[in-house]
Amino acid sequence: MEKFVQLDNIDVKFSTKKGVFHALRDINLSIDQGQFFTLIGHSGCGKSTLLNIVAGLQDATEGTALCAGREIKGPGPERGVVFQNHSLLPWLTCFDNIYLAVERVFGSKEGKSKLKQRTHDALALVGLTHAEHKRPQEISGGMKQRVGIARALAMEPKVLLMDEPFGALDALTRAHLQDELMKIVAATQSTVIMVTHDVDEAVLLSDHIVMMTNGPAATIGEILAVDLPKPRDRLALANDPHYHQLRSRVLEFLYQRQMRPAA
Amino acid sequence: MSAVYGTLQHTPDAEDATTASAVTEPATTTPPVAAKPAFNAKDKLGALMRWLIPPILGLALFIGVWALIAQETANLPGPYATWQSAVELFAHPFYNNGPNDQGIGWNILYSLYRVGIGFGLAALVGIPLGFMIGRFKFLSDMTGPIISLLRPVSPLAWLPIGLLVFKQAEPASIYVIFISSIWPMIINTAVGVRQIPQDYLNVARVLNLSEWKVFTRILFPAVLPHVLTGIRLSIGIAWLVIVAAEMLTGGVGIGFWVWDEWNNLNVAHIIIAIFVVGIVGLLLEQMLVFIAKRFTYE
Repeated sequence: MEKFVQLDNIDVKFSTKKGVFHALRDINLSIDQGQFFTLIGHSGCGKSTLLNIVAGLQDATEGTALCAGREIKGPGPERGVVFQNHSLLPWLTCFDNIYLAVERVFGSKEGKSKLKQRTHDALALVGLTHAEHKRPQEISGGMKQRVGIARALAMEPKVLLMDEPFGALDALTRAHLQDELMKIVAATQSTVIMVTHDVDEAVLLSDHIVMMTNGPAATIGEILAVDLPKPRDRLALANDPHYHQLRSRVLEFLYQRQMRPAA
Repeated sequence: MSAVYGTLQHTPDAEDATTASAVTEPATTTPPVAAKPAFNAKDKLGALMRWLIPPILGLALFIGVWALIAQETANLPGPYATWQSAVELFAHPFYNNGPNDQGIGWNILYSLYRVGIGFGLAALVGIPLGFMIGRFKFLSDMTGPIISLLRPVSPLAWLPIGLLVFKQAEPASIYVIFISSIWPMIINTAVGVRQIPQDYLNVARVLNLSEWKVFTRILFPAVLPHVLTGIRLSIGIAWLVIVAAEMLTGGVGIGFWVWDEWNNLNVAHIIIAIFVVGIVGLLLEQMLVFIAKRFTYE
């Protein structure tokens, strides 16, 4: 398997008014093509910072970050990002929000009708063909997040980066979107890195769970391989002893070894 | 959503039923069917009344107080005398008896023309300047003290400088409009640019959009509501200022007309002018509110 995303000795320091803040140290991570990685840890542990390094929104102070064998310098369309708060542009329809991304990535090579077809396909993939002419404020939170995912996927990224994509949704919508995400990822064979603070979500979706220690100077504490067979079904897993064993491992890490004093 | 859809679908059906049944058996079905629209019409009438009565009452009260004061004050025409004078005045709004005696229509148009030029120039300069000040902190820090210093200056304080520089009344009054209406546009645009959520800019970075696309698809639409607020405030100021400026500079214009009628001791015309200035200002404001509504996305 090809090493797709590779982080070597990443260190991140922020200079703040109170001096230098050491956010991340010694991050070493390599991700194969087609793998689903989740980053989990207590808030403030730098999970989002780590994701932003891969996205290119944040520069590492030291170390190298590679994607598909090339050094990451700034954001690029080969790394699609799904933001926590969807970040759709409110003055564009769902269609236009996705079209903006499609046009940027494929506009130089393909004609208008092909670009429109790609946009329609992306909306169909997340089941929102009926909402294409609606604006973000006219649809529900779950639908917005699906448009955000469609926008990222429409760019045919090499890596899909998701920063707590379902964090702001209610439990039922979240479960529904997790199921849809599993189907989409299985169909597109995407490589995914997802930040989450939901243990069940991490175990259900990932191939590997990256558990992070508490900040400051957070690093990777342990990487747990989730060897549950795919496709996974949340109802069947509810009675699966191995699922519970994996879940306990994560909980143990978070609440015993990295317990935070109540903030 | 579904409820709305339901009603939308239901209404034509009900109407069809009405006409169909009215044709086949009018005697039996007409009364209950007719009752419902009648009730709706009554309801609508009630809503219209609730909407109309308070402002009408307010206006009536205002006119009453005015009539009372006019009765007690010598030389102040009451509502009826003013109305008669207005009917006479607006019978020939566009007569022209030389530069110092022209119809009220010409006076309004000249004032609007000055406001248009002065305000238009202010928008042309102020909005792009606001964009730059909002985008570049250095520029913001550079212009900050000057803007803070000049913004509170009373508009008419600029007039002598304008007269001195331009040597003529016309460009001087346009310049006063320009300088007093530019600030809200600069400040609101700059604030709008600064308040663009980082999320949108992150989208631009992740999608790697070109500068032109960033401007047309993200910066401009995000800032537009702020720009329109600035324009609205500015046009209000411009219209306030023109009346005062024209009183001092003379020429054809609603402000000078007021001053001229004061010299003629035609108080009814002054009162008419006050209404005209108010109504034109209201229309300008409403026009911009209408435009602003079309461009807001929230």
